[in-house]
Amino acid sequence: MGSSIFYFLGFVSIFTALMVILSKSPINSVLYLVITFFSIAAQFVLLNAGFLAAVLVIVYAGAIMVLFLFVVMLLNLNKEYEPHKHIYIKFAGGIAGGILLVTLIGALHGSGEIADSTLNGEASYAASTGTIQNLGKSLFSDYLLPFEISSVLFLAAMVGAVFLGKKEKSSPKVSAEKI
Amino acid sequence: MDATQIIKTIPIEHYVILSTILFAIGVTGVLMRRNAIIIFMSIELMLNAATLLLTAFSTYRSDTPGQVFVFFIMVVAAAEVAVGLAIIVMIYRNIKSIDINVLNKLKW
Repeated sequence: MGSSIFYFLGFVSIFTALMVILSKSPINSVLYLVITFFSIAAQFVLLNAGFLAAVLVIVYAGAIMVLFLFVVMLLNLNKEYEPHKHIYIKFAGGIAGGILLVTLIGALHGSGEIADSTLNGEASYAASTGTIQNLGKSLFSDYLLPFEISSVLFLAAMVGAVFLGKKEKSSPKVSAEKI
Repeated sequence: MDATQIIKTIPIEHYVILSTILFAIGVTGVLMRRNAIIIFMSIELMLNAATLLLTAFSTYRSDTPGQVFVFFIMVVAAAEVAVGLAIIVMIYRNIKSIDINVLNKLKW
C-alpha cells in the first residue's frame, strides 16, 4: 500500500518536473511546478516529516510560487514569445543532463554501502523523528545561532529586494534599442 | 501507513534514484531554456531534489538534524527567490526582455 503510493508520487513528480522544462508558456511551467511541490510534500508525509510537508506547501507552493506567478503576469510573459535556442544547443543540453543522470546512478550502483546503513536505521527507527516537538527542540538548542543568523539573512534579502525593485528617477533610461 | 512500513518496503536507493532524476531534470532545464524565469524554476527543482534526499536519509537513520537542515534550505531558498525575482524584474524594466542570451555583456 505505502510503496505503491510512493511509486505513484514519484511518477507524478518526475512527469510534472519534465513538463516544467518542456512546456512552452511560463504560466504552465509555474502550475506544473506547484504540482511537483505538492507531490514532494506528500513524499514528506510518507516519510513521517509532517512539519516539513506543511512548510513546503505553505512556503513553496503558497508563497514562492505565487511570487513567480505574480512576476510572470507582471512582465506579461504569458504569450509564447520565447525565441528558441538553436536545436543543437537544446540537444546538447538534453544529452548533458542525461549523462549527468547516468553518471550519478552509475556511481550509486558502484557503491554498495547504502543498503547496510539502511538496515541499521530500520532497527533503531524512532517514530518521533520528524515531529514538530523534536524538530523545535533541535532547532532552538543545537541550531539556535544559525536560526538567528537566518533571520538576519531574511532582513538583508528584504532590503535588497526593495532596493532592487525601486524605480530610479534620476538615472537615464536604457532602452532596448541601445542593447 | 506508518513510516516503519515505508522503511521496510522501499529501499533507500529508490529515494536516491528519484531525487537524482529530479536533479538531472533541473540541470537539463537550466541548460536547455533561455527564459530566465524557467531557469530559476529549474534551480528550485534542484533544491527540492536535495531536500527530498535529506529528508529520506533523515527518516531512515532517525536523525532529526537532517530535517533541521531541510528547514534551513527552505529559508535560504525563500530569501534567494525574493532577491532573484527582484533582479529579473529590474532586468526586464531595463532591457524589456528576460532572454538570457541578451545578457551577455559580462560573458567575454
